[in-house]
Amino acid sequence: MVSKNIVCPVCGASCDDIQVELEGGRITTRNACKMGNAKFQEIVSAHRIREPLLREHGSLRPAGWDEAVKRSAEILVHAKRPLIFMGSETSCEAMEVGLHLGEFLGAVVDSNSTVCHGPTAMGIQEAGRVGATAGQSKSRADLTIYWGSNPLESMPRHMSRYAVYPRGYWTRRGRFDRKVITVDPRRSVTAENSDLHIQPKPNTDYELFSALLTLLHGKRPHPSVEKITGVSIAQLEEMMRMMLDCKFGAIYVGLGIASSYGKHRNAEAAFNLVKELNGQTKFIIGALRGHCNVAGFNQVASYLYGYPFGLDFSRGYPRYNPGEYTAVDLLREKDVDAALIVSADPVSHFPAACAEYMAEIPVACIDISPCPTTMISDVVLPGVIDAMECDGTFYRLDDVPVYFQPFTSSPFGFTKSNEDTMRQIFQRVKSLR
Amino acid sequence: MMAEVLLRPKDKIGIMLEAEVIRADNFAQKRAEEIEKLHVWQGPAKLLLGDFFDVDVRGSGPAEETTVLIEGDVTRVKRIGQGMKAGRIEIFGSAGMHLGAEMAGGSIVVHGDAGAWGGMEMKGGVLQILGDAGDHIGSAYRGSWRGMSGGQITIGGNARSQLGGGLVGGRIVVEGSVQNFCGIRQGGGAILVKGSARRGAGAEMTGGALAVLGTIEQFLPSFVEAGTEENPKLGDLQIEGRFAKFTGDYAVSKNPKGLLYLREA
Ligand code: SF4
Repeated sequence: MVSKNIVCPVCGASCDDIQVELEGGRITTRNACKMGNAKFQEIVSAHRIREPLLREHGSLRPAGWDEAVKRSAEILVHAKRPLIFMGSETSCEAMEVGLHLGEFLGAVVDSNSTVCHGPTAMGIQEAGRVGATAGQSKSRADLTIYWGSNPLESMPRHMSRYAVYPRGYWTRRGRFDRKVITVDPRRSVTAENSDLHIQPKPNTDYELFSALLTLLHGKRPHPSVEKITGVSIAQLEEMMRMMLDCKFGAIYVGLGIASSYGKHRNAEAAFNLVKELNGQTKFIIGALRGHCNVAGFNQVASYLYGYPFGLDFSRGYPRYNPGEYTAVDLLREKDVDAALIVSADPVSHFPAACAEYMAEIPVACIDISPCPTTMISDVVLPGVIDAMECDGTFYRLDDVPVYFQPFTSSPFGFTKSNEDTMRQIFQRVKSLR
Repeated sequence: MMAEVLLRPKDKIGIMLEAEVIRADNFAQKRAEEIEKLHVWQGPAKLLLGDFFDVDVRGSGPAEETTVLIEGDVTRVKRIGQGMKAGRIEIFGSAGMHLGAEMAGGSIVVHGDAGAWGGMEMKGGVLQILGDAGDHIGSAYRGSWRGMSGGQITIGGNARSQLGGGLVGGRIVVEGSVQNFCGIRQGGGAILVKGSARRGAGAEMTGGALAVLGTIEQFLPSFVEAGTEENPKLGDLQIEGRFAKFTGDYAVSKNPKGLLYLREA
C-alpha cells in the first residue's frame, strides 16, 4: 500500500509530501531526499534495537520491558542531580513528558539545541527576531541569503521547496525572480549556485555583521576589517546594495554562525542587522535547523517553562543559564550524576571529557539502533520511530508545528511511542518516590 | 567588636553547592551552631551548611566588622557572598560561580581563581580576585541589558569572555588579558585591561570608557578614529601614556558615546 503526505523525520525542513510503500520487509520512498530516504530505510534495518537491554557484570544482556523501565526509573530516583536529555528525533509530546519528569525530579532538562542552535535562541533573546513562515518567504522573497549554512548538503530540499526555486505568488518565475547570496568561508555547492559569494575568514562573522551595520548607520567601517575578515569594503558595499535593493530579503543562518567563535554574539548581530534593515526594506531571518524536531524542544520548553533549552529545576522552579545548566557544561564539570538520554547520541557528539564522564555514571537511553550512547548505557529501551510508527508533532525550521501521522505502527507490544515509554518511566518514578 | 567566622570544607564536594547564605552580613551576630544550620542546596536537596563545612566563630560584632575566612578550595561552591551588603569574605583557595553577584557593599578577596558570573550586576563594594577569572565577570544577568552599576572589581590574572557586559557604572581593572567581547554593551563605567584583548572589545558599546594597554587581536570595524589622547581619564580612573582614541559602537547606534582607548606608547 502506498501512503501519501508522510512527514520526513530527518531534518528541520519537515517535508510533508513523502510517499512511502512498505511491503514485505522493503520500503521505497518518493520525494524524499537522500538523507530522508536513508532514515526511512531504518524501519526495516537489521540493526534495529528490538528488545530492552540491561547492563550486568559489565555487558548488556536482553531484559524484560518492566525490568528495564523499573531500572531506568531507579537510576533517576537514586541520583542526586539527574540530567534528562531530550534529543530532537522525537515528538513534542515525548519532550513534554521529559520536561514534566524533570520538574518532578528537580533535574536538569536539556536538548540537542544546546550543541546546535542554542546560541541562535540566545541571540533572539538578546536582540529580538523578525521572522516569517517558509510559505511567506516562498511567495515573497526576492533575495535569499545563506549565512554560515550550506543547505544543498544539510537541508537538501530547502532551496527547492521553500527558498530559491519554488514559484510563489509574487515570485512566479522561481529562481529567476530571486537573487542568492552565500556567506561561507568555503566554496560550498550552495555558494557555487549563488549570485554572490562572500568568503570571509573563519570566525570573523561578528566583524562582518558589525561592518555591515556600520555602513547602514552611515559610517565607513574601520579599514582593518579587510585584513581581519578577508572581505573588501567594496564587496561589503555590493552586498549592502543588493540587500537594500530587494523587496523582501530572507537570511538563513546555520551553524557557521551558532557554532563558530562568537556564538550567540554572532546570532545577536545577525538579528540586529535584520532589525535595522527593516528600517529600509522588508527583511526576515530564520535558522536552518539540523534535526527534525530540534525547534520543537525550544518551543515546548518555552511555552511550558519560559526557557528554550538547558532548564534547571533543582530549586523547584525553572532556571536558565547556558554555561551553567547546559548538558555539556554539567557533564564536563561532573555536576550531574545520572542521565536519561532520549533519541540522541551525545556520546558521539559531545566533547570527549563529557563522553568519558557519561561512561562513568548510570545512564538509561531510548534509541532505535546501536550507537556509542547505547554502548555506554546501563539500560537501553527500544525506540519507536516518530512519523513512521506513531503520530505526534514536530516544529518545522520556521517554528510552524506539523502534525504527523504514521504509515505503520510500533513494532513492540510494550510501547506505542517514545511518549508512551516516557510516561511509563514517569509512572515508575512516581511509584518509587 | 570584631568577629571572625572560619569555614573549612570537610570533604571534597561532589555535585556543586549553592550557598548564597555564606555572607558576612548574614553570619554577623550568629553562633557557630546557628551558622551550621543555614541551608545550602545540592541539586534539588536542601541540606545544612554544617554538612559540608566545619564552622568556627571567634568574637562577635556587627556586619561591618565581621570577616568570613574560608580555608580551602570552594570551586564547587556557587553564590558565595551573593547580595552581600557589608563585612568581608576572604577565601584562601579558589571560588565557584556567582561569587559576590549582586553585591552592594563590603569586600571579597579570593587568593585564587574565581568562576564565571563573579560580581554579576554588582552595585557596590570591592571584589578582588587575585588569580584568574571566568566568563561574564561584572556583567548583566542573562536577558538584562544592565550589568554592574557600582563598586570595583580587580582581577590579578586573566579574565575570559564578556567581562563587564552591560556595565553601567563602577570600575573593573584586569592586570592580565581578556578573551572575547570585553565590555559588550557597555553603557557607562570604566574597564581597564592591562594586557591584551582577543576579539570584540567594546562590542555594542554606547557609553563609558574601555582602555586596552596591550593589543586587540581582532579589532571591531564599527569603531571610528577620534585622534589621540595623553593620560586620559576613564571616568575617575586616571591612566598614563599616549592612546589612540575611538568612538563606538557604530554597529548599534548612529550616535554612540562609547570611548575605546588603545595604548600607542
Ligand atoms: S529535506 Fe530534510 S525533511 Fe525533507 S526529505 Fe530531505 S531530510 Fe527529509
